[in-house]
Amino acid sequence: MSSLTKVAISPHIHSGRSTSGIMLDVLIALLPATIAGTVIFGLKSLLVVAVCLICCVGFEALFNIIAKSKRQTVTDLSAAVTGLLLALNLPANIPLWQCAVGSLFAIIIVKCIFGGIGKNLVNPAIAARVFMLVAFGSMATAAFPVNADAVSGATPLAAEKMPSLLTLFLGNYGGAIGETCTAALLLGGLYLLIRRIITWQIPVVFIATVFALSFLMKGFDVTTALSLTMSGGVFIGAFFMATDYTTSPPTAWGKVIFGFGAGLLTCLIRYYGTYPEGVSFAILFMNILNPYIIRWTRKKVFTEGGSK
Amino acid sequence: MASYLTGIITPHRKHTKKSPTIRMDVPKTVTIPMEMHIGKPAIPTVKVGDLVKVGTKIGEADGKISSNIYSSVSGKVVKFVEYLLFNGFVTTAAVIESDGEMTMEEGLTPPTVNTKEDLIEAIKASGVVGLGGAGFPTQVKFDVDPEKVDYLIINGAECEPYVTSDTVTMLTRGDDMAYALQTINRAMGISKAIIGVESNNKKAVRAMQILADAVIWPDVNVKVLPPVYPQGGEKVLVYHTTGRKIHANQLPIDVGCIVVNCTTLAAIGAYLKTGIPLVEKCVTVDGGAVKKPRNVMVPIGTSLEDLFNACGGLTVEPAKIIYGGPMMGITVPNTSASVLKNTNAALALTAKEAKLPKTTACIRCGSCVNTCPFGLAPISIAEAYDRKDVDALKALHVTTCMECGCCSFVCPANRPLVQKNKLSKQLLKDIKEGENK
Repeated sequence: MSSLTKVAISPHIHSGRSTSGIMLDVLIALLPATIAGTVIFGLKSLLVVAVCLICCVGFEALFNIIAKSKRQTVTDLSAAVTGLLLALNLPANIPLWQCAVGSLFAIIIVKCIFGGIGKNLVNPAIAARVFMLVAFGSMATAAFPVNADAVSGATPLAAEKMPSLLTLFLGNYGGAIGETCTAALLLGGLYLLIRRIITWQIPVVFIATVFALSFLMKGFDVTTALSLTMSGGVFIGAFFMATDYTTSPPTAWGKVIFGFGAGLLTCLIRYYGTYPEGVSFAILFMNILNPYIIRWTRKKVFTEGGSK
Repeated sequence: MASYLTGIITPHRKHTKKSPTIRMDVPKTVTIPMEMHIGKPAIPTVKVGDLVKVGTKIGEADGKISSNIYSSVSGKVVKFVEYLLFNGFVTTAAVIESDGEMTMEEGLTPPTVNTKEDLIEAIKASGVVGLGGAGFPTQVKFDVDPEKVDYLIINGAECEPYVTSDTVTMLTRGDDMAYALQTINRAMGISKAIIGVESNNKKAVRAMQILADAVIWPDVNVKVLPPVYPQGGEKVLVYHTTGRKIHANQLPIDVGCIVVNCTTLAAIGAYLKTGIPLVEKCVTVDGGAVKKPRNVMVPIGTSLEDLFNACGGLTVEPAKIIYGGPMMGITVPNTSASVLKNTNAALALTAKEAKLPKTTACIRCGSCVNTCPFGLAPISIAEAYDRKDVDALKALHVTTCMECGCCSFVCPANRPLVQKNKLSKQLLKDIKEGENK
């Protein structure tokens, strides 16, 4: 044989894991919450999802074309994940043009101009949600389930009486499309854990911290603490938003600190701040702290120490 | 002992595990390079036209870190050629035309080994180098104060996919290994030996346990290792067998250990028993392009082409030809390359097997950090290398990297991580050498 074959540095095989595969798994994990949201809040939820998805993917594609990026990154599905996550964090009755503006903020301002995937400082969906919370009045009033009498009202955290634990678990109460059904979010979170897309530290520590602090701060009552833990987007935040690779630490201890910080801030903002909800702000703040957490929790190298 | 170091689960693809080892027909010619080891190349001791036999010395070790080279066939030295080594350097190689007889050199007798000096001399005369792949002249490892050695650690961890030649050694050459262990014990007084074998290699574990029971002196223990890549890395193996950490700038001897690959040990044993130096090698021939994957006993210097032909030839044009396993093996551009002393496998991978995904942007998932057995941060090293930040590279302990490739294997963006580690190590080495000049 005279022809030459390719020479390359090892390794010559690969695990087969890919960014698009991971993103696809996240999209699959968000399906139960999307379906639950559609059942609870009606078909208009799907419209919000569609607009956010199309806008996020479209803006990313557009940015890559305008910026003359060497590689179109739309196919990695990360923009689709941002779009779906953003939609699930919005109330079903939000004006669709606001969805488009939110998507623009998430993709262009938060992600693309900082360098695209892997370079954003904060989670695009979270940042966009916070931006919309500040910018648009429609965010403060949550959509109510289609079977409820009222059209809109305050989220349970701002209401005087909390729904029952079963209602909170199944999600048949007012809130953003994807945040109310705890059961669906747990199912999706479990899928992510089984597929090893995420590890247990951030969601478990985050949720446990919220529960423990709610118990301590809200009258030592288990039912109240459970209600507070299952509402206000803690589960979607803990499983899907706080676990974003780019804006959370890689090491196990870093994740524990991140989860604890997010839980602590959630409770402080909720119970002592002016906003009824704290999850988005808490995660956003922890995103900003992330580089420091990474530095504090750097792994000890095996060969460190010893002679010489 | 602390928990096991992290690693990866690789596909095993050990297709050759069950097929019997064959002995290939004598090749028409062999090309034997004078540099099949780390250190100085050997000095040729024959000239064109000389008649040689199996076991005739054709290259003399040049200095301490070097190794003797022996003819693997009987026949005539027809020429010396320039041989391109896979590291890009060129060395001299003797081309020997075989007479097909495989006549043994006369007067090969087992050496008498009673002292450390005898042992070192014997290993040097055997031409044995690290056969697991490193090719470090083995006698150098034993040139230490015997008082300092607590353990002789035998590397039976064959963690690379495809490769089964060490398993063949453990299953069939236990007697050679035992003989070497006993002789080393007598010469050096090393009283404890540990053989590390992965738990999923059950037959080898059993074979080594039989060996351990049979050998009374030294005291041999079999340590069953987790079936996680990389177990065969020196630092990993020493840690998992003894719990001792080899720190930066240390060698195994600094923590009281000598590490020898099981096939290297068997080769030493064979020489001590018979006086026949290292002239042939058991090589795993595998990969999707190979018609009949199997282990082959092959004279050193045989071309890969002859070797593949002994396995039914190649069914398709291979995408990559690799010396060693796919995780750390080295590619060669064509099949004219020779089987070297430290060749444990020759793989001809199809395009499908060797396909790597496209490299995309890092998503900071942390897989590389969490997978690295040594707790390095490969992505940070890669970024520091890109900006040629020497201080950062030092602070990130890049020299600790054993180049196992776990980081690149798991990276969902298929970033060239271990590749950048290698470049970083070279960069630091170049700078250090520049300072010393």
